[in-house]
Amino acid sequence: MTTPTDDLKFEDAYVPEPEPGPEPLHRRLGLTDDEYRSVCRILGREPRPAELAMYSVMWSEHCSYKSSRPFLDRFPTEAPWVVVGPGENAGVIDLGDGWLAALRIESHNHPTFVEPFQGAATGIGGILRDVFTMGARPVALWDQIRFGPLDQPRNRYLFTGAVSGIAWYGNAVGVPTVGGEVAFEECYSGNPLVNVMCLGLMRSDELVLGTAGRPGTVAVLLGAATGRDGIGGASVLASASFDESSTTKRPSVQVGDPFEEKKLIEACLELYRRGLVVGIQDLGAAGLSCATSEPAARAGVGMEVHLEAVHVREPGMTAAELLMSESQERMMAFVDPDHVDQVLAVAERWEVDASVVGTVRAGGTLSVYEGDELVAEVPAASLSEDAPRYHRELGEPGWMEDLWSNTLGLVAPPDTSKTLLLLLDDPSIASAAWVYEQYDHMLFLNTVIGPGHDGTLLRVKGTRKGLAVSTDGNGRLCYLDPRRGAARLVYEAALNVALCGARPRAVVDNLNFGNPEKPEVMWQFRETVEGIAEACEALGVPVVGGNVSFYNETDGQDIYPTPVVGMLGLADPMPATPPRLDRAADGMDLWLFGPEWAINLAGSAFEQVAFGHVGGRPVAPDPTLAAAAIDAAVTLAADGLAPVLHDISDGGLAVAVAEICIASDIGVSLRVSDWRHLYAEDPHRFLAAAAPEDGDRIAEVAAEAGIPARRIGRFEGIDIVFELPGAVASVDVETAARTYREAIPRRVG
Amino acid sequence: MTRIGVITFPGSNCEHDTVHALGLAGADAELVWHRDTDLAGLDGVVLPGGFAHGDYLRPGAIARFSPVMGEVARLADEGRPVLGVCNGFQILCEAGLLPGAHIANRDLAFICRPVEVEVVDTGSVLTRAAEPGRRLRIPLNSYEGAWVDPTGEGRVVLRYTDDPNGSQDQAAAVANQEGNVVGVMPHPERASEPILGSDDGLVLLSGFVEACREVKV
Repeated sequence: MTTPTDDLKFEDAYVPEPEPGPEPLHRRLGLTDDEYRSVCRILGREPRPAELAMYSVMWSEHCSYKSSRPFLDRFPTEAPWVVVGPGENAGVIDLGDGWLAALRIESHNHPTFVEPFQGAATGIGGILRDVFTMGARPVALWDQIRFGPLDQPRNRYLFTGAVSGIAWYGNAVGVPTVGGEVAFEECYSGNPLVNVMCLGLMRSDELVLGTAGRPGTVAVLLGAATGRDGIGGASVLASASFDESSTTKRPSVQVGDPFEEKKLIEACLELYRRGLVVGIQDLGAAGLSCATSEPAARAGVGMEVHLEAVHVREPGMTAAELLMSESQERMMAFVDPDHVDQVLAVAERWEVDASVVGTVRAGGTLSVYEGDELVAEVPAASLSEDAPRYHRELGEPGWMEDLWSNTLGLVAPPDTSKTLLLLLDDPSIASAAWVYEQYDHMLFLNTVIGPGHDGTLLRVKGTRKGLAVSTDGNGRLCYLDPRRGAARLVYEAALNVALCGARPRAVVDNLNFGNPEKPEVMWQFRETVEGIAEACEALGVPVVGGNVSFYNETDGQDIYPTPVVGMLGLADPMPATPPRLDRAADGMDLWLFGPEWAINLAGSAFEQVAFGHVGGRPVAPDPTLAAAAIDAAVTLAADGLAPVLHDISDGGLAVAVAEICIASDIGVSLRVSDWRHLYAEDPHRFLAAAAPEDGDRIAEVAAEAGIPARRIGRFEGIDIVFELPGAVASVDVETAARTYREAIPRRVG
Repeated sequence: MTRIGVITFPGSNCEHDTVHALGLAGADAELVWHRDTDLAGLDGVVLPGGFAHGDYLRPGAIARFSPVMGEVARLADEGRPVLGVCNGFQILCEAGLLPGAHIANRDLAFICRPVEVEVVDTGSVLTRAAEPGRRLRIPLNSYEGAWVDPTGEGRVVLRYTDDPNGSQDQAAAVANQEGNVVGVMPHPERASEPILGSDDGLVLLSGFVEACREVKV
């Protein structure tokens, strides 16, 4: 009995008198006056306080995607191997032979800014629940973290705090963090980005969905006791901009308990194995409001919920607080009445608290009681499906033309040796070992290629399959051209999984943007979505899930548009000896795959690090070449022809070759015909190291794939030697390695 | 078949990996829940890595009171092989089955990376199959990884070649005087297959499985 709310002009709706007092409740909860009117219209009356609380969290930007949803329909979401696409808690794809993979990405940007340790930690808890809600065991995590420069004390505090929080939660919960990204840019000083992606594995008969099931099904709340922590996290923190006073929002950050989550994972997996649940939903943003209304809406049913049955951490919580609380480590299981005793016994065995809190009812009404008192009665579907949709104003920023024409225009090449060391010392390029060695990245004995490589390669025990994953973001590139930048991220991630021997299979994306109420930000958003969609279509890879984080601005300053693309690839069979960075040896040839003439430096790390310049227009990607590069990489990896394969990205060819030399502890001599080739970051290019006797075969692979390839050097000695027209430059590997490894530790130490 | 129990506490997380690697080392390993008190039929036990009881209070401090620990102590007294890996090592110290205790790593950061250890004493159920002086590459994965022992009773059987965490005597693995109870801080199960980077841990696990088999006879 709800009304479509696509159009928020409700002139005919009943408009209540403004409440007395300084600020009406709905505004304090983050609802606009128009949104308040539509709640009234849906209910046909003024909402009760608890109802208003539910709408405020469910209709928050964070939960409802009210500004982004009209664009997200643009993504291709279908492929024969997609089992569950966007809309559920995680995307699920078929790996063959009865195996399914679940994939999901999320952000915890605002909580991290307010309290870095718990903010980053609870991001992990949330993403894990999204994955094991689907029936899968979470097997790996990837963290993509972005901060302001480390020379500012507050950025060091946020960065080290977030890394500690990720280590603390991820290690203790027992899911390895096997890769990710670390980047630093001034625009993230007021607004760090902490994204996290999780991969889960399951057998095909273990898939569970977030459905409430038939009338009569019983809702069992599992896990941590509900407290006052995290109230308004979605509406207050994640859906508003920041300023100096934001640390007063600390009570809105949740507090995590990885031990509770670990027990909850094991308990839920046992419930699935024994077939004891009809459906299950995690409690994340919007807590009980979401975990009751969404499963009911999906199943087209209603529900009766009794708040007095919820196990709580503290007495005296109001109905609104119970419905909004974002206490971590909780799940809502929907159970056939005959199975309730068994479910409670499983919970007891794993030392997980459990309460029967509700019953599914026919019809579509969600009725919430506190004792005998009815505190909320709303159409369940209205909380999710009737959320407002905003067609925000779009406008190409006036600064784009200026940006594009603002090229650096160097006339003479800078000193090659000094420039290489400068790049290797840049914390965004340098070794991230200081970060990932604080994370358990080996648990479960699946990590064949771990952090520090282009992609991660995980084996699937008991099969011949390997799963390759890469996550890629580049705010600077997307700032200069959101569409090209975003498309290039998709191609880069796809190439990275191919360099592990895998074919791209699915994408998840995390779209981190500024204030959607600004037309320029919405333009950046639309362009980014287009770029991702175009590249995914060209590659035939579906988007199976994603997350949008808006309002990443502080004091009116928006971050760069920063999409992060997570790509899952499948290698079946997995290469017997997959390429690694540390397998280059004396006498091997260095090969360059990709366009011959790469000289565009717009958006490059070179211009940013060496000259503090951000300008010009980045090169457009080439879908045909992208596919050729992927074909060549997969063949080289699968045939074991190239012991080393390495993507050329941040820092260009110079940094890429230095990274191979550092990992393999060997020198190299290489020749280029233009100094700009060393630093250009043109897409679809990678390096290979291979034995000279395999040269003919390698050239054949390139020709068959349709990508240019040529020998540009040889691994030998202890120096990285660049032969340029009229000049020779060299850096010894030991100095390069020390610079590369010390860049982050020396700044945080 | 040699039957080895892998004791699982709430918060343990290396139990499946340990079962997998013990299988590669020739044992029939099975999970034992911490509330079980019947270890009959088991030839030896392993306390795996992880965060038993969330490491609350301090690692191992609560796990030592888990119901299964009385039986673990009895097996140890009987001379059966008992191995603690990482968190298991911490639990064995807290339970008084090994001397010493663990404190935070010298740099106050979690360390997850392969380290090199040298076999310095082959008189334990863990090191019996390894050659003295052999160097092994095995991943470390701990925060409270530094072992200290004011009593001097611990028998160091593996030693770090490049001290990563500030352990006394650079101890990576410590046995009781009888050699049947051993704690090791790096994870041998993570170095049990070449595809994962090293199989140096297998010589340790195989020795342990052998020791369990002999006790059976």
